[in-house]
Amino acid sequence: MLRIHCPLCGERPYTEFRYGGDAGKHRPVHGAGGIEAWHDHLFLFENAKGPHREFWQHVQGCRQWLIAVRDTATNIVADVALARDARGLEPQGPGER
Amino acid sequence: MMRYSLPRLVGHALRDRPWPRAWRKATPRSHYDVVIVGGGGHGLATAYYLAANHGVRRVAVLERSYIGSGNVGRNTTLVRSNYMMNGSTQFFEFSLKLWEGLSQALNFNVMLSQRGQIVLGHSPAQMDGLARRGNTMLLNGIEAELLDRGQVQRLLPYLDYSPAARFPIAGGLLQRRAGTVRHDAVAWGYARAADSLGVDILEGCEVSGFLLDAGGVHGVQTSRGRILADRVALAVAGHSSQLAALAGLRLPIESHLLQAFVTEPIKPFVDHVISFGAELFYLSQSDKGGLVFGGHIDGFNSFTQRGQFPKAQGVAQCALALIPGMSRLKLLRHWAGIQDMTPDGGPFICRTPVRNLYFNGGWCYQGFKATPAVGWCLADTIARDEEHPLVRCYGLERFAQGGASLDEYGHGHWTYRH
Repeated sequence: MLRIHCPLCGERPYTEFRYGGDAGKHRPVHGAGGIEAWHDHLFLFENAKGPHREFWQHVQGCRQWLIAVRDTATNIVADVALARDARGLEPQGPGER
Repeated sequence: MMRYSLPRLVGHALRDRPWPRAWRKATPRSHYDVVIVGGGGHGLATAYYLAANHGVRRVAVLERSYIGSGNVGRNTTLVRSNYMMNGSTQFFEFSLKLWEGLSQALNFNVMLSQRGQIVLGHSPAQMDGLARRGNTMLLNGIEAELLDRGQVQRLLPYLDYSPAARFPIAGGLLQRRAGTVRHDAVAWGYARAADSLGVDILEGCEVSGFLLDAGGVHGVQTSRGRILADRVALAVAGHSSQLAALAGLRLPIESHLLQAFVTEPIKPFVDHVISFGAELFYLSQSDKGGLVFGGHIDGFNSFTQRGQFPKAQGVAQCALALIPGMSRLKLLRHWAGIQDMTPDGGPFICRTPVRNLYFNGGWCYQGFKATPAVGWCLADTIARDEEHPLVRCYGLERFAQGGASLDEYGHGHWTYRH
């Protein structure tokens, strides 16, 4: 089973976490970039076969949003950091829901 | 091609000779009218209909591995046409009609078994939803029957109807023409029929790049050398993004794992295809006797072709909530296929921004049952350089245009929630 090393809680099975998608994406600034930038942000995916930066929220643990680097070809997680440290985000993470 | 028939079968039984190969081991030519990348069900069907319907005979199908190695041999073999969103309703009904005549058309028994599919409803609200879906089908000329609890119980007496049932069964929606098809036979049947019309099937031939210029694509670079082509089509579900990236395209697709499961074989027990209404879970019994079932995707993008174990536990819980009698069955094996997931759960069959490059992918759970219609419509799209009317709703530009949504369950743009 996929296991993720939470920086606060230690290594846990992935079922304790909620997946949050590609963390390489950056939401366009409101009013800038036009509809095309929003289309690309919402609907296009890099879909990397290899290292993939992605959001996970430790919903059954510390509830922090994390950014993990997982190889999508092997499911090996190389690196996990708190999202707010890794991307300078506000604590609630990607925020779209 | 040797035609299969009863006299042939009898005659062959009397002679001590192996059957001839179903298709040639072709060697690549330097130039084709159409090159199809991906030798799965979709690619082979497209090649067959290009030759059979449009007289395009100089066609090559490029398969990185061997025929039948991908998702065409990894699915749960269901065929049905009970889709509600406009566009999908008509497309999948067209596909089911092609399934009904496919064994004759291909001279290969694909073992279509129209045993009927029942989608269960577990609450009055869900029954309203099923009634709406059934009415949509009826308005499109597709038969559908709404069943109450008693009718479901007569057809499926082995489900849990006790007061302790976790999700009490309120009724169901039955499509009698739905059923199963032997998936390997679909790959072999299309390969053999396409080959007999002159299509070259090139196994062990991996595409590593496209030959591009200002006029679009004019060939592919492969592990078996450079192959020129007037038109190139992609049908490589699972790796659509990787291949399209070689042509400079970014797609609204993410690759996810979908697992399928089969139990040890038992005597005939489940006569229909059953879909649970409380979770995404579907079950049928194979001709060998194993109960075949599947559920949701794993929930995060991956190319490993190895599923996560908690999903096996999840589908087992669904199975027992529905059929408590399955509790003593052993799971024989389970496996995962890499599946294109899209922001609305709908597929793509279309031209692309690169001239002479055509795309088929994004099949989110639905790819196998769509096989004949994909082949038919993609062949037509390639031959006429214009989308077939049935697939105009399946364009890559639909998100930018904000047009009609194909999102059957209203999950929004999260690929991993469809």
